[in-house]
Amino acid sequence: MQELVNSLFVFMLAGFIGFEVIRRVSPLLHTPLMSLTNALDAIAVVGAIVLAGSHESKFATILGTIAIVAATSNIVGGFLITDRMLKMFKVSRAPKPRT
Amino acid sequence: MTSAGTLVIQFAYLIATALFILSLRWLSSPATARRGVLAGEVGMLLAIGGTLLQHGIVDYRWIAIGLVLGTIIGIPLGEVQMTAVPQRTALSHAFGALCVTLVGTAEFYLRTPNVPRFTMIVLSMEVILGGLTFTGSLMAAGKLQELLPQRPLTYKGQNIVNLAVLAVAIGIAIELVRHPGEKHLFPFMVAIPLLFGVMMIVPIGGADMPTVISLLNSYAGLSAAAMGFVLDSKLLIIAGALDGSSGFILSVIMSKAMNRSFTNVLFGAFGQVQVSHAAAGEQLPVHSATPEEAAQILGAANSVMIVPGYGMAVAQAQHKVRELFDVLTKRGIEVTFGIHPVAGRMPGHMNVLLAEADIPYDKLLGMEDANPMFPQTDVALVIGANDVTNPAARTDTGSPIYGMPILEVDKARTVMVIKRGQGLGFAGIDNPLYHLDKTLMLFGDAKSFVGSIVHELSGGAGH
Repeated sequence: MQELVNSLFVFMLAGFIGFEVIRRVSPLLHTPLMSLTNALDAIAVVGAIVLAGSHESKFATILGTIAIVAATSNIVGGFLITDRMLKMFKVSRAPKPRT
Repeated sequence: MTSAGTLVIQFAYLIATALFILSLRWLSSPATARRGVLAGEVGMLLAIGGTLLQHGIVDYRWIAIGLVLGTIIGIPLGEVQMTAVPQRTALSHAFGALCVTLVGTAEFYLRTPNVPRFTMIVLSMEVILGGLTFTGSLMAAGKLQELLPQRPLTYKGQNIVNLAVLAVAIGIAIELVRHPGEKHLFPFMVAIPLLFGVMMIVPIGGADMPTVISLLNSYAGLSAAAMGFVLDSKLLIIAGALDGSSGFILSVIMSKAMNRSFTNVLFGAFGQVQVSHAAAGEQLPVHSATPEEAAQILGAANSVMIVPGYGMAVAQAQHKVRELFDVLTKRGIEVTFGIHPVAGRMPGHMNVLLAEADIPYDKLLGMEDANPMFPQTDVALVIGANDVTNPAARTDTGSPIYGMPILEVDKARTVMVIKRGQGLGFAGIDNPLYHLDKTLMLFGDAKSFVGSIVHELSGGAGH
């Protein structure tokens, strides 16, 4: 029970940090923000790895393996596309000729 | 249990957590954003590496197969076209939710009947949120990819039916919390949210997608956080909370930009569009112009603000728009872009499309920055946007979009609107902007029309 209470504290604090950090993300980058958080969220793969690797039951191994596939595709695809998008954001090459 | 090995793993997770937070922190500006991606990648590698060292893992075969297959699927998903990013994002929400739901299901069968109450509560949340996000996101991806009809499908009492279905799932969850040994109930707690996810997205139309995708993003994050509670993984709780709050903030921004209350969004009452009473019958005059005339006016301007909408992306006109930007900028004309938060099919989509066309991001202005500039702007050029420029949102209390924040293009000295035909916007309402004396309607395909304007301007640039 104590562990779960600790976890609730962690969840609440992380929620506040998320709020403050993400509020500052420029609206310019809202699409990359979503693809990046998506990739980070795929950290759920750690739970799937433990399931697939610990031989507890055949059922758990199968579900765990499918879950690894789903999460890994998010990690790989999410980081790739986020970086591709961010590479495209450039400032004006030369300062504007002022009249 | 606290051997040196587990301590190393815990430290790997701790560093990964810090890197994840920094990753989002660096995303605050385009200048540091790519560093953020790198931080996220390093954090992810550390976390996965640490997990592989866990002594509970005895068999690496299936893990390796999963990682390889996931990579093979992930690479093409990272290479999609920028116009397809919204459906790709919806699909990745579905994958994330699938992972969470499967892990939750496996954990239940491994632990039943000895599941403590609190664990069963979070496990139910994990599976319910994961399940509805999985099918809901698949539906959203299908609609965005136009595999499914974009038109909202509504019927009387839809919200009540939907809420009743969700209530049944919650009822089963409560029963399972009280008696976690009742294995036969569990499949229903998975299946009903899967059904609910489909029902939730059925009434939603294409223009509401930015809000829906953000909301599904939030659900995906919360389900992952719930999984963190079940597995007692702080790393997962934090990553889920970050993703959940990100999706939540974006949904609030999107619902505000569409003038919908947040409860309205939460209960999935999107796409309930009333057809305006005033629209029918009235045929007000409009002034139209040719590409030559438009080019002349643009060439004589000092400042031009381009207001792009999803129609520009549909017509694939962004590269022609870049050419227009170049030719006008070369003449010393100040060209900026005014971007409404819901222009496009997901938050920030229009910025990505314009950045892809090589338009510098310091020229892309959000609504708050663009609106004060219109009174000093010579020409506002609207390309494929409609409702987000409709002045009725400001003045006509009877209009269905009354109160929605708009880009006030009608305050510019001259307004030009490139439009395919005389059709109405998604809200099915007439746009009084088109009938103003200062407004010139440029009827035609956005790509070829902008192309002709560029042709005119560069032809005349020599003398």
